[in-house]
Amino acid sequence: MNYTFLLYSDPTGFADMTEDDWAREKEVYGAYIGALQEAGVFVSTDWLQPAMTATTLSVQNGKTRIENGPFAETTETLGGYFVIDVPDLDAAIAWAEKCPAAQYGKVEIRATAMGGD
Amino acid sequence: MAQVARASYGRLIGILSARNGDIAAAEDALSDALQAALATWPDRGVPDNPEGWLVRVARNRMTDAHRRALKQHPLPIEEHDFTVPDSYKMETADPRLPLLFVCAHPGIAEPARGPLMLQAVLGFTAAEIARAYVSSPTAMSKQLVRAKERIKANTIPFRVPEPEIRAERLSDVMEAIYGCYALCWLDGPEADSMQREAVYLADLLASEMNDDPEVLGLSALLAFLHSRRAARLRDGCYVPLAEQPTELWDHDLSAAADMRLRQAFQLGRPDRFQIEAAIQSVHAARARTDMTDWSALLSLYEGLIHFAPTLGAYVSQAAVVGEVHGAEAGLVALEKLADPRLERFQPYWATQAHLLAQSGALAEARDAYDRAISLAVAPGARGFLVSARAKLDQP
Repeated sequence: MNYTFLLYSDPTGFADMTEDDWAREKEVYGAYIGALQEAGVFVSTDWLQPAMTATTLSVQNGKTRIENGPFAETTETLGGYFVIDVPDLDAAIAWAEKCPAAQYGKVEIRATAMGGD
Repeated sequence: MAQVARASYGRLIGILSARNGDIAAAEDALSDALQAALATWPDRGVPDNPEGWLVRVARNRMTDAHRRALKQHPLPIEEHDFTVPDSYKMETADPRLPLLFVCAHPGIAEPARGPLMLQAVLGFTAAEIARAYVSSPTAMSKQLVRAKERIKANTIPFRVPEPEIRAERLSDVMEAIYGCYALCWLDGPEADSMQREAVYLADLLASEMNDDPEVLGLSALLAFLHSRRAARLRDGCYVPLAEQPTELWDHDLSAAADMRLRQAFQLGRPDRFQIEAAIQSVHAARARTDMTDWSALLSLYEGLIHFAPTLGAYVSQAAVVGEVHGAEAGLVALEKLADPRLERFQPYWATQAHLLAQSGALAEARDAYDRAISLAVAPGARGFLVSARAKLDQP
């Protein structure tokens, strides 16, 4: 069963980070990704550009409407995600607890609705 | 030079920050003083009282910084008077002790306490601490800055608390040190070094407060655990305690732990950390006797549950019941446990799988292993469970 972790955090908290800070941040996420891979549960992950760069699209009455900016304006925005493949919600929680984002933001867990095994 | 800094770091921070409670300013000033030492000691020689020298230079820096802040304009950095009066002596009580109590003060957020000790007392950077705990360095650094601001703003006192509240505060200090050891979930050199520092902190506390049996017990417990660091993993897989080759254990460390534990028991007030250390001591005895005294462990777990009825203690007790009275009895003990958290408690499923396999219920054992594997995030534990499950299919 695929579970997606949506990582929400306040981007102002990262505003004054240096290149070195980012490198160290990536290193810790690298270790987390390594642990997921070693456990054979890793599916995919991405680190997203800031929410203000988002493009939001909707089609109404056959017309495409494109807006600059995120769907909803909130302090904590979607900053990245992980997709992992584990048997159930308890296993997903065990991994989400170890996700670095859980310490400074929030991790929303969503099960896949695509069916599958 | 590096050795002076390493051994003295926490003492110097304790001395420098005690006056105004400003740990961050003390850290900056000490770092300046260490740089001044690097610049002058090679030429002029190491002073007779290096710590006194560093304190004096760092205090000058703090005064300078204070003056600058008052005047609102930068002053040229003047030459320091590098002589230290002979009368200066280090205080007799270790200044790291009050610092430990400050770091674990109830006004400091619980998750920040252990990391704050590692930084203020031992000089680790936020990035190093974050790496060992696989947590975000930026978040860790903010957490530490916030904690130091709280200490300064609230004038948290730099002293060992008075007797009425000492026991309660001491238990916060012990929990934070224990947390430093237990938080490292991903094996690696960083985790190993951070765990060694937790052993060091517990040892420091025990040498300063050797009239408290639990403090001695914690020190013994962490030393026992750390004495097995080389035997914990084989080919990346966790090795159960009773199967570890004892020649890989650190016998000096475990002898020191035994001594601390005897000291603790002589005080006649057993409690959680002492019992946990006693359990480890029984396991350590296998290095001499070549056997594990399971019935002694059974009584000790009963004692542990009396003092600290945690999920982990109950599950471990059931495992020991399985060793003494057979797998069926162990399974009955597990069945008696009713707690919704067990569903997500990996050791519960691992123990159940082991006992089911021993009792011959292979299909159920496989299911229990699958569940334990799905909950195992540490590669070592996972590797062990996967290979234990695979063994069920071998004739």
